[in-house]
Order: sequence, then C-alpha cells, then structure tokens
Amino acid sequence: MKAFSFERAIDAAQAAKRAFEMPGSKFIAGGTNLLDLMKHEIEVPPHLIDVTHIGLDEITATDDGGLRIGALVSNTALGADERIRRDYPVLSRALFAGASSQLRNKASTGGNLLQRTRCPYFFDPKMPCNKREPGAGCAALDEGADTRQLGVIGTSDHCIATHPSDMAVALRVLDAEVETIDPEGRTRRLTLDEFYLLPDDTPEVENALSPGEIITAVVLPAPVGGTQRYFKVRDRASYAFALVSVALIEQENGEGRVALGGVAPRPWRRDDADAELANGATAVMAKLLDGARPTPDNAYKLVLAERTLAALLAKE
Amino acid sequence: MDFNQSADENLFDRARIIGKPHKRIDGALKVTGTAPYAYERNDVVENHLVGYPLGASIAKGRITRMDAAAARNAEGVAAVITALDIDELPRADSNVAKLFGGDLVEHYHQAIAVVVAETLEQARAATSLIEVEYEETPGEFDLDDAWKRLQDRDVINEVGDVDAAFERAEVSIDEIYHTASQSHAMMEPHASIADWCDGKHLTLWTSNQMIAWSKKALATTLELDEADIRLESPFVGGGFGGKLWLRADAVLAALGSRETGRPVKVALPRPFIFNNATHRSGTVQRLRIAANKDGRITAFDHSAISHTLPGGSGEDAVNQTRCFYAGENRRVAHHAIDMNLPEAADMRAPGEASGLAVLEIAMDEMAEKLGLDPVEFRILNDTQVNPEEPHKRYSDRHFVECLQKGSEAFGWRERNKVPGSRREGQWLIGQGVAGAYRGAITMDSGARVRLSQGKLVVETDMTDIGTGSYTIIAQTVAETMGVTMDEVEVRLGNSAYPVSSGSGGQFGAASSTAGVYAACLALQEEIGKRLSIESPRFENGRVVSGDQDLGLFEIEGEELVGEDTLHFGDFQDEIELGTFGAHFVEVAVNAYTGETRLRRMLSVCDAGRILNPITARSQVLGGMVMSIGAALSESLSIDTARGFFANHDLAGYEIAVHADIPEQEVIFLDTLDGASTPLKAKGVGELGICGGAAAVANAMYNATGIRLRDYPLTLDRMLDRLPAI
Ligand SMILES: Cc1cc2nc3c(=O)[nH]c(=O)nc-3n(C[C@H](O)[C@H](O)[C@H](O)COP(=O)(O)OP(=O)(O)OC[C@H]3O[C@@H](n4cnc5c(N)ncnc54)[C@H](O)[C@@H]3O)c2cc1C
Ligand code: SF4
Repeated sequence: MKAFSFERAIDAAQAAKRAFEMPGSKFIAGGTNLLDLMKHEIEVPPHLIDVTHIGLDEITATDDGGLRIGALVSNTALGADERIRRDYPVLSRALFAGASSQLRNKASTGGNLLQRTRCPYFFDPKMPCNKREPGAGCAALDEGADTRQLGVIGTSDHCIATHPSDMAVALRVLDAEVETIDPEGRTRRLTLDEFYLLPDDTPEVENALSPGEIITAVVLPAPVGGTQRYFKVRDRASYAFALVSVALIEQENGEGRVALGGVAPRPWRRDDADAELANGATAVMAKLLDGARPTPDNAYKLVLAERTLAALLAKE
Repeated sequence: MDFNQSADENLFDRARIIGKPHKRIDGALKVTGTAPYAYERNDVVENHLVGYPLGASIAKGRITRMDAAAARNAEGVAAVITALDIDELPRADSNVAKLFGGDLVEHYHQAIAVVVAETLEQARAATSLIEVEYEETPGEFDLDDAWKRLQDRDVINEVGDVDAAFERAEVSIDEIYHTASQSHAMMEPHASIADWCDGKHLTLWTSNQMIAWSKKALATTLELDEADIRLESPFVGGGFGGKLWLRADAVLAALGSRETGRPVKVALPRPFIFNNATHRSGTVQRLRIAANKDGRITAFDHSAISHTLPGGSGEDAVNQTRCFYAGENRRVAHHAIDMNLPEAADMRAPGEASGLAVLEIAMDEMAEKLGLDPVEFRILNDTQVNPEEPHKRYSDRHFVECLQKGSEAFGWRERNKVPGSRREGQWLIGQGVAGAYRGAITMDSGARVRLSQGKLVVETDMTDIGTGSYTIIAQTVAETMGVTMDEVEVRLGNSAYPVSSGSGGQFGAASSTAGVYAACLALQEEIGKRLSIESPRFENGRVVSGDQDLGLFEIEGEELVGEDTLHFGDFQDEIELGTFGAHFVEVAVNAYTGETRLRRMLSVCDAGRILNPITARSQVLGGMVMSIGAALSESLSIDTARGFFANHDLAGYEIAVHADIPEQEVIFLDTLDGASTPLKAKGVGELGICGGAAAVANAMYNATGIRLRDYPLTLDRMLDRLPAI
C-alpha cells in the first residue's frame, strides 16, 4: 500500500469537486474492495475521499412510483428493506447471494457497482494485465492460463474479465439507472448499459464516469411485478463469486426479462433475448449468448447459463 | 522408558479422566483472544521492527539484477536484504526448495528480498520499490504431460503375479483418475518474531508443529549451534503439515534482526501461503482391480505420479493400496516427477488422502460391476494381515465393524440402489460409502513433570496446533498422578523442554501422551525415593504405600522432577498398526446445474482408545470438512505456462464453508490397541480426511449415474451428462 492523504467529504457535490481537484484520488465507502486492492497496490490512489458522511443512506420513493436508493445504503439494509423485498425481490435475493454478512454490512450500493473484477491475474500485480496497466498484455489470454471463472461474451482481445457483482445483475433486469453528480454540480442518469463500458481495446476504462463524477443513487422504476428470481451457481454453497447467475422476471403471460452475471464485463441482457422467453431457455440463450467467445476452460458457462435458466423456468 | 511389548491391563483401563470428555483447558484463552500466537508476542518482545517479503515473479531462472536503493531510502525502512546480498543459505534436510539467498529462482514467489521497517505498511510499500530483472528458463508445469511421457514407472513393490491375475480375472476395472493440488490454507499464516540482535543467540517465537526439527533446520540454515537457538511455539493457528518445516518467515525475520540489531517479525502474506510455502501435489493415478465373480479381489495394480521440486518426494498416493484390502497379487508404483512448481510436501494424511480418494471410487466401481453392495464388497475383502507380508498381523483392526455400525446408523439399507432414480424437485439425491485407513505411526516422545508449589507442571516441546494437546496431556498427568485437572499446568512448544514427537502424521496425541506418562512414572520414582517408600500408589491427590498416606502436594523439600522419553520398540515393525473408518455421505446434485451439496455425512472411526471424545471428535470433523473441500471445490489451479498457482487467495481457493457442511456425525468404536502405546491409543487427526472425498464421489454417482474420476468434482465435468432439459 502506498502512503496516501485522506479527507472526509460532507456532501456529494463537494466530494466530486474535491476528487476533480485531486487527480488520481478515489472515493472510499465501505472499503471492502478498495482497501484490498490498495494493499496489493493494484489501486494506488494518492488521496482518498471518505464518502461515508455525505448522507445518501436512505431509500426514498420517487414521483413515478419507483425507489431512489442512496449510494451509501449498505447491501444489508438494501436487501432487507421491506419495499425491496416486496416489490423488487430479485434485487434482495441477488444481494443476499453475494459475499458474506460481514461484508454486506460494510458494502455500499455505489461501491458494489464499482467493485473491480476478480480475474486472478488482475489480482496478482506481478502478472501482465491490460486492465491494471494498459498495454501490458493480458495474462489470462496467454496459453496455459486459468480462465475457468472468466468471461465468455462482451469480452475483447485485450481483456476477458467479468464484472463480479450480483446486485448489478438484478439492477439490470429491473432497468435501474445510476444517478451521478459531477464536479460542476451537474447531475445525470445512466442506464447500466450506458454506465458499464465494454473492454474493447481500453479495458482499464470500465465505466462512463468522468473525472470526479460520483454516484449519488440508483433509481428503480416503478415495480414491474411478475415472479422474480435470482439463481447464482457456484462450486461451494456460499461465499463464492458466481460461475453463472441468472436474474429472471417472469410474467404470468410468459413474457419477461433475463439478465446474466458471471459471463461478461457487465450484467448481460438483450431485448431480443427477452422476447424469446416464452420459447424457453434454449431460444433465449441463442440470442443472449450469440457471439460468445469462450475459452476451452470456460465454454461450460454457455451450457450452464442455459440450464440455469431452464431450472428457473421449470415448474418443479 | 522402553515400550517393548503390547501393554497389558493398566491404570488407563480403570480411567477416571483419560477417555472422558473434557473441554479444552486452553479454550478460554482462545475465545478471549489472549492465547499468545507468534505474531502477537508483544508480551515478550519490545521494540520490534516488521519485515515484509518480496517474492519472485518467475517460476524458474536466475536473478540478473536487483536494485533496492529506492526501498532503502523509503520512509521508515531500517534494512533491505536481497537474495543477491547473501550467498544461498544451506538447506536443511527437511527443506527441498531453498529458503533464501543467491540468484537462483526455483519457484514462483520464492522469497528474494525482505524489507524491514518500523511499520508493516512501510515495509510492504517499500518492497514494491525493489527493481528485479531475471533471466527466465523454461520449466515443467503440467502433470498430464508428464503422465503421457512417462514410460518407466518405479515399481515400489510387487507381490504375486499381477499380470497373470488380470489375464485370468473374471471381473476387472482399469481407470485413470486425477486429484488436485491443494493448499493447507490454515487460518494463521506462517509467522515468526526473531531476536538475533547479537548475531549469536537466536530466539524465535514462531508457529511451528515440530520444534526439534525446526531448531535443527535453523541451525543448518543459519549456520548456528543448536545450543544458541531457542524456539517457542506455544500456540499454532492450524498447520495441517504446512508448518512441519522451517519456512521463509523464520529465516527472513532472523536475517532482518541480525541486520538491524532489533527483533523483527515476519508473517507470510496470504498469497505466499499458496506459492511460497508448501502444498499437497496433485496426482494422476491409474488403478486396476481384478476379482473373482464371488467378489474376492485377486489383484491390485496402482500407479501414480505427483510433482515435486528436484529432491522432494511428492504425494505418494499408492501406499494404502498395499495393505488396506485383501488380494494375493499386488503391484504399486509411484513416480515423483520433477517440476518447477512451489515445493510439494506433506499435507494432512499425505498420500492416503489422495490415494483413498481414488481407491475408494475404484472399489465402488468394482462393487457395481460385481453386482455387490459396496459395503458388503468391502467387508468381503477385509484382511487381518498385511496382504503383502501376511506374517504381519494387524494389531487391532475393526474396519468391518466401522462399516456395519455406520450402515446401521446411517440407514444404508434403505438407500436407493438404482443410480439417478431418486429425485426431490430439482435435486437428485444419492448416498455413498467409502473406507478410511491411515497408518498409526508412533514417535519417541519426551517430557518433564515437576511437582512444584501445589501443582504438577508438565513441560514438553510437543505442540498444540488446535488439536487439543494441552488438554489430553493434562488428562494423562491427572490420571497417572491421581490428581485433578486443575492441579496440572501444561507448558508446550518450547525448545527448552524435552523433545517430543511433535505434531504431524497423526502421531502426536498417542506419542506425546505416552511420553508424558513415562515422565510421570519417573516422577513417581523420585517421590518414592524422597519418601523412602516402595511402590507407592497415587490416588485422590495422595501418595499411599502400606500405612503411609500423604498428600502429594504436602511433600516437603526441593522441587521434585521426573523426566523421561518413551522409546517405541522394534516389535512394532513386526505388526501392522493402523486406524480405520467408514464414511457415509448423502448428497443432492442439482439436475440442471450440476451443483453438488452435501446433505449429511457420518464417519465411524476405529482408532484405539479415544483419549478425549470432544477433542477427538473435533479432529475427525475437521478432517471430514477438508475431505468435502477436496471433493467439491479445493484445487490449486496451475497456470501451466507461467508455472504457478493462479488462485492464491481465500476467495479463489475455495475451502468448504459452513453452508457446505450442514450435518456431520462421528461415531468412535470402543476399541483399545495395546500394541500402540501404554495408553492403547492411536491418532485420529488425519483419519477423517481419508476416503471422505470418495464417499462424496460415490454418492454423486448414486445420485446421477455419472461417474466422475477427476477432483474436484465440479459441475463443468458433468454438465453434458446431466438429464436433458
Ligand atoms: C471475500 C469477498 C467476497 C465477495 N463476494 C461477493 C459476491 O459474491 N458477490 C458480489 O456481488 N460481491 C462480492 N464481494 C464484493 C463486495 O460486494 C464489494 O466489495 C462491495 O460491494 C464494495 O462496496 P464498498 O462500499 O465496500 O466499496 P469500496 O471498496 O469502498 O469502493 C469500491 C469502489 O467504488 C468506488 N466508490 C465507492 N462509492 C462510490 C460512489 N458513491 N461514487 C463513485 N465511486 C464510488 C471506490 O472509489 C472504489 O473504486 C465480495 C468481496 C469480498 C472481499
Ligand atoms: S482478463 Fe482482463 S483483468 Fe484479467 S489479466 Fe486480462 S486484462 Fe487483466
């Protein structure tokens, strides 16, 4: 860990402004991801801005019947919230499928969205990684690499990492939007597909945030009802990142939405795949995973995704 | 004291304290966080510095340049010692990989520098300022490649005519299996504080299973007299064999201390546990079994390979196949392949854990082919002699009872016999059985017992690695000396104390209690002399002889000391000493995703006198948990081009968590083995991990009809064979 300076922000606008003034600085919320990365010197911010005192720790109703989740609401509080459990159960289930209770108590909504990949080579500072060090090469794409956990779609010749968040998969299927404020005090809202950028030849750029811009909230549209489920597949029963996860909202007429986790650099969803839901898992995945480029070690994820959706759709 | 023949009836057969459930006497220290673990010995060390290691970033080659100038100038840094600053340190017999010094790189994350600073953060930050250049040489990292190339397998032993037996065989199998490389992944990393300020006398507070071995290894490595070294390791936060040896933490701390003239502490960072410390090698195994139609086995042919750095011995997975089941013709071969991965060495039940994981699947396959119940098939092939050397009888073997008692308690008879046909919703349910065997090694063990100020103080360099040594040693003293548990104080893990067996190979409990017993008898003799009485009895805190009856703690005069070492005699070489067990497992396999979840597991153990059912049960439970991890998720994934374990943290290396072990039960058979020790006890610390993984594999087969032969038994290996969707 490199020595760093530290300050505590009093509100989001001020935090954004300060972040802009201090190039390379980082916000720190729960610290459950950032601190680990700093210990390994994967992140080396010269300056930290503590955002845990800027408020934004409430869930409030929006005018159009949805909910606005403050960026500092903890994963535990969000998952346990009565409105979330009643109207957005897929989100609650995804949250409780993630990490451990100790981590969820500390983890914030904004931090969860911005947690970094779990690619083993990203986590080893001695390995070449384009995401850590642009242009260094990608150890995961070299022969002999361990890629069992890595991505199969949306990846590039420069990076095949996945985004590890469970919460984000549920937010994607719920059409949530990320609300931000920038150093000039301007706010905007981004869909998750706008927010998360695919790696292409710049895997180090993971999202659309501009320098200093801070997440203030996640906005859920009005509830869409239906049966909502989250199926996270993993080798051990708890405390593991998803090999594949499926968030599903199924309406009584057979229509619905599907998003995948564990397969791509962002929660993975396509409208044309949603449209196939009534035709079953195979039809959905033919669209959703069209263009997949797995490695020999992770090709199983294509089969697994289809079977996991089938499990959710099966009436047993 | 020499133990030269089987123990007859003795005081332990009328035990008040041995064999009874006593809570850990060190439990309060642990739950209050006050047990003195090595890294936190602020009670004895002042003014220390903190060292942080730098690991090599290649697997094989030479360091051509190191520049530590920036690190030396960094804030708080007191010293930087690089591998190029000193010659390669001499290797102790027990070390295969070199620990430090010189330009040669033998494996990834080999320690190549240590930075010593005022704080951990300063030391850690400065390590990354060290510039290193290497000349890399290609290495060998792929065990499957080696298996394909391998022509000459070392035959360890052959009995009878194996080839002829397979030609004649009415039923046989011939399959290839894989087990994964595994990490000890103990909670407490390797950690040491060294005080070598004067460059002559070295005191090391460390976390180590084997005090005497490590003292010797330190003497060799640092070229010191053993007399100038003191080692303390009173508490060890898990070892599993990973702390049998001297490792880099101790060496780097010592070098740092000599350099700075202040005590220095070093803990291996978590990634170093995987690539700097030792691990269990993966294996490729081919197993053939032949039998007559009636189910009697006629031949075994088991060959295996594992990896090791040149000079090491790898993971010998064929050993148990030599003696566990009957059969006249048998051949085993193990080949340790030189590869350039980190050092492979012992991990809990070295050899047997990997060997039984395979043998016990093969036994299931044979039973099925023969149309026999897998429990019956095993019973049919039980043996009371070592089948390679039939004149050697098992001293005490109740494997059949383990199977029978387990069947009964588990409800084996009601199980569904048709694989893949029991379904509950989306889950396929199956049950499996496996046998367990682990040798019952004994090691000479010494202790000293002092009658001192109202209590008995026992001192031995035996360690407690979470196993319960403190408690069973107190029980042994209390039993032998006729006092209560709280009149005994146990001091362990210090090189100033008599040399014991140490903790490893499940020999610690049986051996060290025998040594303590011998020391108690020595003390009794001293007491007899002091009181001038013949053959005193020690009962209820009193010394009784004829009409003499005196309180033990009322004896006057100087402190009385009894010290002795129990030597195990050669007669043990002429018999087979073993521990036995049977595991029964029920799993649910998701018919869609292939996720496998344990539902319940029962293990029945035959291990002689159980010294303390609470601590013994914990040991077996822990072994069972590790076998679940080995079966379902634990695997060091090898980057076969770069030559290292890529998943080097506890998020990537998945040991079993609570949700993976919902229900476990242990039953101990009420057995005694007088040929083992005066207490008639054997170890149980490793029995629980032996065979458990195969019980899971067999249960998965029963659930799905899919036979997996490669560990870990993850879903990607069977997705294509699960029921169609
Ligand atoms: C062992 C382990 C297991 C885990 N398992 C899972 C799992 O199974 N599933 C899962 O989904 N997650 C898992 N996690 C990840 C966990 O969910 C994240 O670490 C957590 O959500 C991050 O939140 P935080 O508040 O601690 O973020 P921090 O660590 O504080 O920050 C993370 C990043 O977000 C940035 N940031 C924080 N807040 C804001 C903001 N308001 N605006 C802009 N940027 C911001 C920080 O600058 C930093 O870059 C696991 C983590 C660990 C350590
Ligand atoms: S896959 Fe991405 S994160 Fe992983 S090593 Fe390659 S560039 Fe880095």
